[in-house]
Amino acid sequence: MRKYSVFAVAREAMRGHKGWEAQWTSPEPRKEYDVIIVGGGGHGLGAAYYLAKEHGITNVAVIEKGWLGGGNTGRNTTIIRSNYLYDESMDIYEHSLKLWEGLSQDLNYNVMYSPRGVMMLSHNVHDKQSFSRHIHANRLYGIDNEWLTPQQAKDFVPVLDISASARYPINGAALQRRGGTARHDAVAWGYARAASDRGVHVIQNCEVKGIRRGPDGAVTGVETSKGFIGAKKIAVSASGHNSVILSMADVKLPLHSVPLQALVSEPMKPIFPCVVMSNSVHAYISQSDKGELVIGAGTDQYNSYSQTGGLQIITHTLDAICELFPMFRRVKMMRQWGGITDNTPDRSAIQGVTPVKNLFVNCGWGTGGFKATPGSAHLFAHLIAKGEPHKLAAGLTLDRFRTGRLIDEAAAAAVAH
Amino acid sequence: MSGANRIAGQGRLTPAKTARFTFDGKTYHALEGDTVASALLANGVHLVGRSFKYHRPRGILSAGPEEPNALIDVSRDAARRQPNVRAPVQEVFDGMKVESQNRWPSLAFDIGGVNNLLSPFFAAGFYYKTFMWPKAAWEKVYEPFIRKAAGLGVSPTEDDPDHYANRYAHCDVLVAGAGVAGLSAALAAAEAGARVILVDEQPEVGGALHFDTSVKIDGQNGYDWAQATAAKLKAMENVTVLTRTTAFGYYNHNFVGLVERVTDHLPKPDKKLPRERLWQVRAKRVILATGSIERHMVFANNDRPGIMLASAARTYLNHFGVAVGRKVGVYTASDSAYEAAFDLKRAGVTIAAIVDNREKPGEAVLAEARKLGIEVLTGHSVVDTKGKLRVSAMSVARNGGGSARWIPIDALLMSAGWTPSVHLFSQSRGKVAYDAASGRFLPGTYAQDCLSVGSCNGTDGLQATIEESLAAGELMARATGNENGVKVELRGESAFEWTGGMAGAGEGAGADTTVKAFVDFQNDVCAKDIRLAVREGMHSIEHIKRFTTNGMATDQGKLSNIHGLAIASEVLNREIPKIGLTTFRAPYTPVTFGALISHSRGALFDPARKTPMHAWEEAHGAVFEDVGNWKRAWYYPRSGETMHDAVNRECRTVRNVAGLFDASTLGKIEVVGPDAEVFMNLMYTNAWDTLKPGRCRYGIMLREDGFVYDDGVVGRLSQDRFHVTTTTGGAPRVMHHMEDYLQTEFPHLKVWLTSTTEQWAVIAVQGPKAREILEPLVEGIDISNEAFPHMSVREGQICGVPTRLFRMSFTGEAGYEVNVPADYGQAVWEAIWARAEPLGACAYGTETMHVLRAEKGYIIVGQDTDGTVTPHDASLSWAVSKKKTDFVGIRGLKRPDLVKEGRKQLVGLLTKDPNVVLEEGAQIVADPNQPKPMTMLGHVTSSYWSENCGRSIALALVAGGQARLGQTLYVPMPDRTIAVEVSDMVFVDKEGGRLNG
Amino acid sequence: MLLIYCPYCEEERSELEFRHGGDAHIARPTNIADVTDEAFEEYFFLRDNPKGLIFERWRHIHGCGRFFNAARDTVSDKFYLTYKAGEPKPVIPGVSPATEKTVETYEATEGTAK
Repeated sequence: MRKYSVFAVAREAMRGHKGWEAQWTSPEPRKEYDVIIVGGGGHGLGAAYYLAKEHGITNVAVIEKGWLGGGNTGRNTTIIRSNYLYDESMDIYEHSLKLWEGLSQDLNYNVMYSPRGVMMLSHNVHDKQSFSRHIHANRLYGIDNEWLTPQQAKDFVPVLDISASARYPINGAALQRRGGTARHDAVAWGYARAASDRGVHVIQNCEVKGIRRGPDGAVTGVETSKGFIGAKKIAVSASGHNSVILSMADVKLPLHSVPLQALVSEPMKPIFPCVVMSNSVHAYISQSDKGELVIGAGTDQYNSYSQTGGLQIITHTLDAICELFPMFRRVKMMRQWGGITDNTPDRSAIQGVTPVKNLFVNCGWGTGGFKATPGSAHLFAHLIAKGEPHKLAAGLTLDRFRTGRLIDEAAAAAVAH
Repeated sequence: MSGANRIAGQGRLTPAKTARFTFDGKTYHALEGDTVASALLANGVHLVGRSFKYHRPRGILSAGPEEPNALIDVSRDAARRQPNVRAPVQEVFDGMKVESQNRWPSLAFDIGGVNNLLSPFFAAGFYYKTFMWPKAAWEKVYEPFIRKAAGLGVSPTEDDPDHYANRYAHCDVLVAGAGVAGLSAALAAAEAGARVILVDEQPEVGGALHFDTSVKIDGQNGYDWAQATAAKLKAMENVTVLTRTTAFGYYNHNFVGLVERVTDHLPKPDKKLPRERLWQVRAKRVILATGSIERHMVFANNDRPGIMLASAARTYLNHFGVAVGRKVGVYTASDSAYEAAFDLKRAGVTIAAIVDNREKPGEAVLAEARKLGIEVLTGHSVVDTKGKLRVSAMSVARNGGGSARWIPIDALLMSAGWTPSVHLFSQSRGKVAYDAASGRFLPGTYAQDCLSVGSCNGTDGLQATIEESLAAGELMARATGNENGVKVELRGESAFEWTGGMAGAGEGAGADTTVKAFVDFQNDVCAKDIRLAVREGMHSIEHIKRFTTNGMATDQGKLSNIHGLAIASEVLNREIPKIGLTTFRAPYTPVTFGALISHSRGALFDPARKTPMHAWEEAHGAVFEDVGNWKRAWYYPRSGETMHDAVNRECRTVRNVAGLFDASTLGKIEVVGPDAEVFMNLMYTNAWDTLKPGRCRYGIMLREDGFVYDDGVVGRLSQDRFHVTTTTGGAPRVMHHMEDYLQTEFPHLKVWLTSTTEQWAVIAVQGPKAREILEPLVEGIDISNEAFPHMSVREGQICGVPTRLFRMSFTGEAGYEVNVPADYGQAVWEAIWARAEPLGACAYGTETMHVLRAEKGYIIVGQDTDGTVTPHDASLSWAVSKKKTDFVGIRGLKRPDLVKEGRKQLVGLLTKDPNVVLEEGAQIVADPNQPKPMTMLGHVTSSYWSENCGRSIALALVAGGQARLGQTLYVPMPDRTIAVEVSDMVFVDKEGGRLNG
Repeated sequence: MLLIYCPYCEEERSELEFRHGGDAHIARPTNIADVTDEAFEEYFFLRDNPKGLIFERWRHIHGCGRFFNAARDTVSDKFYLTYKAGEPKPVIPGVSPATEKTVETYEATEGTAK
């Protein structure tokens, strides 16, 4: 792999950039792999990379139905933070954030991790209690998260309306300074390039049609649109479509897939310095390096695999955004889109073994998958290699729905009294 | 007066009607009906903007919403400023101020232009490969620089003073686009009796008839026919014609979003008018007549001001009366551009040459060119251009590498053919199909009840378009039950049938070159960038798009998508459909947030719910807090009092005298019917069969998974009637939860549920003097302690109005909750207050309520529980019936982790220093000196200064809490560690005697 | 925004009037207190989450207030039909069911009884 650097770019500039090679190769599938990862998004490609890099397992294929990063990796609003409440969540998201901090250097690929700060607005006493609980839990864990007064919040985001006359006035905010954004496509590409360089096969336009199992019940490979491919282990990380893939091995998951929508405005000069979220009024917003306001909307209420959703979801989000930032009312929406998120009953992810031998699953990331990418990928690789979860992902196993050991971040944050 | 390039006798604007506007501070004159683009061109201004990345000078490329270059900042006043407006779409109004964007210090001299010189370095995707060292520099140095250089216009900085409107509409047939096809379809549908909505984005109907003056319909000039047809349609009762209205989004089940621009073209709009109006249309059928968009030619330096689409030049001439140049070149791969040359030539403009990259153009246009004496260079291409801020010459060479010659020009018109506008079709989830013969993506498989007609459907030829459209209109009308109508026939004639078209890079911009041949103008994506992307392994069109940003600018690839595909196809040596088309997403053109929001702002964003006593509370100085969408009185500060002072006084007063509290926001549900008791037994953990009429009980509701969902006091009014109360925030979801079980799991039960939250005003009267206050006001109920003990309910009258009177307490004092019909709430409150105040009682708010209940260890669901707490965790095991064989949550409660030792349980906490008040949310540990990450045992759920205890009190969820009573734990704060002792949850009147006082 | 036919009101209304209610034809065990942890997990948590035909519940919450069932395609979001609660799971001609297993639901048996 040719190293990327400012010098390499300068050298290529002199000769019309003719010397760049393909970032990843697109080989024909082998007959059998040690590991097949289903799903060429950030989590799947990352897991392949860490399998090769940290576990020395390189006879690996990542199989993707469409194009790399074409699922939720390339459709999300790129928010990164780790200021979650429960130990299980802090374990995974903080592990992830630490990896984000060095990811560009590790991959030799600028994923543009930009720790510009993630600010969560508090609008009432209940919000304040909830944020306070988060801040203290984060502090004792070792995660940065601080309380800001309304004025401090406005100093950080000058366009914020902190007037008392707002319908839901802001009574403070929680700020994680290490939180921020990254360039979503670059994450998929960077992992693909680094994994490919270590011998991993990245196979696009290859749809999984079935999972084949041996007499002992263990997996033996996948039926695909490119024929049967053998595998000693199969790891599924196909956000949105995990239920569909796992049903091929008769595994039923506690998931429902719903469209999550987002939109961007036309590009404008920098006006919005960080990420702002408000759970109470249901909005989150940042500004991309191109200048677009990137706005996350809600999910539609019904199961759907359509990657589109209703206009009312978008308008409801914009109501909230413009209530917080009234000067954006004349700004225009340039593009709206949807992705399919698979959601668990406790809104925390599932990563672990399944009832089928040598079949592993990484799913249920809901709306939080992007920020978890490096951490999830890293721990998923451990699971695949060792056959049991890393201690930082030990809480995310599938059996918790049977035993009742739920990690209910949503319930902890959102119940109004 | 309205510009030196206005040609007398050309165009449709009225010379006498003028308007003035400024562009970058200089005043210009325009005619009424001009767009900013046509007015600037009339004044000879071609340079209007700078590109996104290289800051190259850019002019006006188009005459429509596909414009990638001429984006301007338009303002009426300081607050009414709009960035990124398309100059060819924005109509001029008198007094408007226009500024160019993305340049500093001036449009003609832009420092950012240095990027153009550095462009070899800034190849597509360069940022992925660099800026990685030193690590911190990305955020601190590189990224701010990149952000500042990008971004086009400047965001508004003030709240928008304009207002917006919203309408829902239904129709039989919605027709999008009012060119020949749309008008014909609408006419046929309307005459057949269908309810029709016809929309078009332009100020007038006509579509391509704006420029195509060679068309006649029923013997009439095409544009005039269009206006006459629109007038006829407008006069029909079953038709709505909306102009300046864009169908921007095609959603599920024939739901189409339209945005109507109402005032942006008016010099002094009526203040009552909305600026824009959002139409949300549910159409039984949709006809898409969205036309097609001309493509540019891809060649070296094809982006200089003065280079534009041929059809745009025709529009400026034939509609606006403006010649875009005096010596004009044409570079084309399509017959359509010839007609631009013909029109300009007839208007007196010199045509330097028509350069046609085809060997064999259409014979008819060739003959006409010869007749008009225009030089046509077939098999030639324009391989370069010159000119700093406006094109001054084109370099023309024989295809295949002949020597080039420079031809001086001041404008260059180009056409690579036409791209059908399948945006809305694709948004409807229809699948496009590639038609290799014509090199176009056309509607293939339909997903909704719609039809495409005319050029967006790939239909060439005027008469064919008319007939297809009439048939579609009639068919859709019939499909929606309109049978009685009149059949419409129309006859169209046009001078020329167009052939030709190409996609991809032209001569001189091929794979071996490094020239800047722009594919996407706004984002500065050149043919070579697409090739670089492919070289780097980006083989999917989505990867190419994302790597190069081709098609991601404000025009969303209307001009660039097909060229990008064709170039990738060539490099990959793979057919175009194998590479795929990027997904079309709404909106078709950008839509103002304000229009989407419409009325939903300020007070209407989320209407505040207020109780019947709100006005009294406000008049008595209450400070309010938001609880859900309710406004609740929080505390009642007297002059000079802090919140702390007020709450302490209120707490003291309630325990020593009495207090009035507005509890109206609590949810209330009437559960009625012969099976009401059975139903209550299923919905709550408690046993309701032992509750006698006239008595009350605290009830706990679980979810099926065993966690506490809601709580509240339930009064049994009679054998078959329960008055259920819920938490304030929980009212709607509890109602829904109950209905769900009643309708779908227990439909055999004869029970009826009615939400009565807003029907009852609730006045809590609490404290030792509560009875004394109420007694004289109550009729028909003996409220003596013996006749009406704690946890009783009676119906009677108070102050002459009906009441449901509860003897209950959330304070630990003897207390009552007076339910009266909401309309009487304030009157009864005032009557009670008139008795209470002289006795020394006070009104108290939610904060005091919180303190008083915490002193008694009463929990608040949602504060002391969080959706992960069982009744056992909350010390409420006594409320869970052990005899019942079923209730919602009975099985969930028994799961292994819910019965495990060491669960977090609610306990009391007493700080070792009684003056220290813990922070709610603070975490609790056993060993404060352990390293991070610490093992956290739980958190403080409620914490107050208790004036009545003379110390702080707190409730907390603590792992294994019940077993830790008396233990010392620690709350590590940033500045100190607070030692606490685990206690029980009751801090005042542990025996509960005061309740019976 | 979906357009939904309420089988009780007998008219098509906008999605804004409705609330989605999760999967249909999942009956609460009548002996729920006695089922195994696995059976409870299956009943309360595990779902087919099909790509294609789904049977789901809706409530006309801002209309008649009734719960009813729908058969819908989760890819196209098109409704095949809606039907009253308690009616048996319909057969959708030409569409393979998302799962082969037939579930004996409370609604189904109750529907027949009526």
